[in-house]
Amino acid sequence: MAEKKLTIALAGNPNSGKTTLFNALTGSNQFVGNWPGVTVEKKEGRLKGRSDVMIEDLPGIYSLSPYTMEEVVSRNFLIDEHPDGILNIVDGTNLERNLYLTTQLAELGIPMVVAVNMADLIEKAGDKINIEKLSKTLGCPVISISALKGTAIRAAAEKAVEVAEKGQTAKMAEFHPSVETALKALGDKLTGVPENLKRWYSVKLFERDDKVLERLNMDVSAINDIISKVETEMDDDSESIITNERYEFISRSLEGCYRKKGSGELSASDKIDQVVTNRWLALPIFFLVMWLVYYVSISTVGTACTDWVNEGVFGDGFYLFGNGRDAYTEAMNDYYAANIFTDEVKANVDQAAAAGITGAEDIQAAISEGDYEAFDEAYGFYGSELDEKADGAYSISETVDTALEAEDVPANEDYGKWVPGLPVVLENLLDSVGCAEIVKRLVLDGIVAGIGAVLGFVPQMLVLFLFLAFLESCGYMARIAFVMDRLFRKFGLSGKSFIPILIGTGCGVPGIMASRTIENERDRRMTIMTTTFIPCGAKLPIIALIATALFRGSSLVATSAYFLGLAAIIISGIILKKTKMFAGEPAPFVMELPAYHWPTVGNILRSMWERGWSFIKKAGTIILLSSIVIWAGSKFGPSGFNAELELEESYLGMFGDAVKWIFAPLGFGNVKAAVATIMGLVAKEEVVGVFGVLDFEGLTQLAGYSFLAFNLLCAPCFAAIGAIKREMNSAKWTWFAIGYQCALAYVVSFIIYQIGSVLTGSGNLFGAVLALLAVIGIVWLLIRPYKESVKLETVISKG
Amino acid sequence: MKSLRDTVIGETVKVVKLHGEGAIKRRIMDMGITKGVEIYVRKVAPLGDPIEVTVRGYELSVRKADAEMIEVCN
Repeated sequence: MAEKKLTIALAGNPNSGKTTLFNALTGSNQFVGNWPGVTVEKKEGRLKGRSDVMIEDLPGIYSLSPYTMEEVVSRNFLIDEHPDGILNIVDGTNLERNLYLTTQLAELGIPMVVAVNMADLIEKAGDKINIEKLSKTLGCPVISISALKGTAIRAAAEKAVEVAEKGQTAKMAEFHPSVETALKALGDKLTGVPENLKRWYSVKLFERDDKVLERLNMDVSAINDIISKVETEMDDDSESIITNERYEFISRSLEGCYRKKGSGELSASDKIDQVVTNRWLALPIFFLVMWLVYYVSISTVGTACTDWVNEGVFGDGFYLFGNGRDAYTEAMNDYYAANIFTDEVKANVDQAAAAGITGAEDIQAAISEGDYEAFDEAYGFYGSELDEKADGAYSISETVDTALEAEDVPANEDYGKWVPGLPVVLENLLDSVGCAEIVKRLVLDGIVAGIGAVLGFVPQMLVLFLFLAFLESCGYMARIAFVMDRLFRKFGLSGKSFIPILIGTGCGVPGIMASRTIENERDRRMTIMTTTFIPCGAKLPIIALIATALFRGSSLVATSAYFLGLAAIIISGIILKKTKMFAGEPAPFVMELPAYHWPTVGNILRSMWERGWSFIKKAGTIILLSSIVIWAGSKFGPSGFNAELELEESYLGMFGDAVKWIFAPLGFGNVKAAVATIMGLVAKEEVVGVFGVLDFEGLTQLAGYSFLAFNLLCAPCFAAIGAIKREMNSAKWTWFAIGYQCALAYVVSFIIYQIGSVLTGSGNLFGAVLALLAVIGIVWLLIRPYKESVKLETVISKG
Repeated sequence: MKSLRDTVIGETVKVVKLHGEGAIKRRIMDMGITKGVEIYVRKVAPLGDPIEVTVRGYELSVRKADAEMIEVCN
């Protein structure tokens, strides 16, 4: 006889230790995906040591109601796939509410084992659960386990396999006699339903569950009489009657099974909570935690790692453990001082600075400090400016080029264990096999650059995900929502939206991915749509460029950019929550505040890795592809391939030329600005690459700022768009998000440019009137009357 | 009639009836706030909303707008 495969569904409340148990039971043998059609994560894995047993990890749910995605996918799985057994994990420290789901699972007629988790904590608190008695009342095996310590988890899994093989189902909860009579009457109306699911269908019919009525092709009128009779008798709606009856059943069942010491002493978790959500301390603590997350992952550790990947692994190379870097820097500084910072060069730069040539002061400063890296950067930016102005009178390029091409330039390899970067290694390899120039450039500038753009984010993201996983599993995330809910609800966001936005200041991709922690779909979508408005790390170079080129490096430009981002989030939140797309089902905010506990290292690392890996897989392909396409576009033209092709002569440039009229009303209708904006879709920092400082000559401050505003607010880079698509899991919503972002960016830039032009006395009447109308339109959208659908119709009258 | 919203911090009350209907009501009941259960109002969030209550031995946070539909008595 061929070996039969068994499927065991792992079901339980959120925070019941389900993930820990699943990881312990399956080890590394997991498959992560999504449930079809929704963003709910689907995980399955083989039971360790039993390759014939598949464990299906259902989402953490409180009930099998038809109201949330998680609950619907869970119950559809249980009904349609009919797993051979259910392993129901319940939190022993919170038995009553956890067993509520158990009573619903029991009705599915699937063999079940109940695992009471946190057995060690219960004992420590001095409480007692009579497992044997509980097992008798529930009519199924009950096993006391500790998922964290791994106690008895094997026994629980084996028991689940055993009952699954035997087909031993649990006892179903008994309700009030009147309800039972009605359920029996409803059951008689059922045809073509498997015998073991009869109870479940009867109960669902009694609750008038839309999704089940639809499935059975029944009309509610056929059963209304039976239900209303009980409703009148018990003075409540049928759904509530069933819920009440379930809890009644649990209370009865627990009598004599569960003894609480009831000391009234505060637990450690209560004590922590007294401080953390304290009226006065909650906000300062919250901001401290956020600052710490930001500081560690974005400004220090994360950036250092990202720089290492970008400049080391995907750049020239790096010193192993940093050994030799200082020696090399010193040697290079000496070499530059001797060969490049000559009196002639100094004199030219001084003259250029005196003549007010853009950037000459930066070069001057680098020379006087003797810092070769600062010089390279400044020269790279402004060197050509010196060549072009005053017929090359200030030019220093000859000296620099000669010095750098000389034989005796210090070589990296001589100062320590130098690991060359991937592009260098590949270039040498391709050269050695005599590869054609076009293939070489494709590999290096298209593919490797693309992979680098993806992997550059990864370290920073992993650090962020580590924090997220910790905040989530220790229980603080729920408190963040508790503390911030009131503020964010006003903008149609959730208290948990703060985290994605904060992370978004580093990189929008992990920011968008962090929105997963928001359970409510409406709040999550809103957060996804608005997170990328905040300037991310890659937008900073654009801000710096505009500030340097047009505003004499004023720090007000950067500050205003953040305010612009925040304003865009708030305005969008208020406008969007009033639209049809975001109206609809009211969003209940009834949230458990789980007890604080110290998470396990394994779980946190696993969660971090799962998120990181899913980014690499999904966004990676998109960025790689777009990077190749953009590369080809900029290097090919009607004249064929040319690595040194001028932008205007490439297909990309021609495309920019064709679409530049779109940006004319915003003040920057030229080829380079159009191309730069397109390049920004690959990665925002690319904008700077196309759009050197020099191209701003002749552009007004206003047009420059309008360009900045547009690039900050419009569709994010492809990586972020990929993340949006993945988190929205819907093409419609993805397009809506991107369309909205671009439209908002266009309108804002239009208003800035047109109204600004009028104020500076150069605008035209038509544009100004249109801009004014746009302002009025936005104001109207902001203040237009709106009835919050969250409000419930019946409200108890006061007094 | 008194609602959970009117209950002061530190007070323990008993649920008399749940008003409203549909998803929110079901959710609140799923979380264990049913007729006859005792609720201890623990605290209010720093910004004045939502509130934190203890019900059936665990902590739950409920918005004031939702608490308004939970009728209680002392």
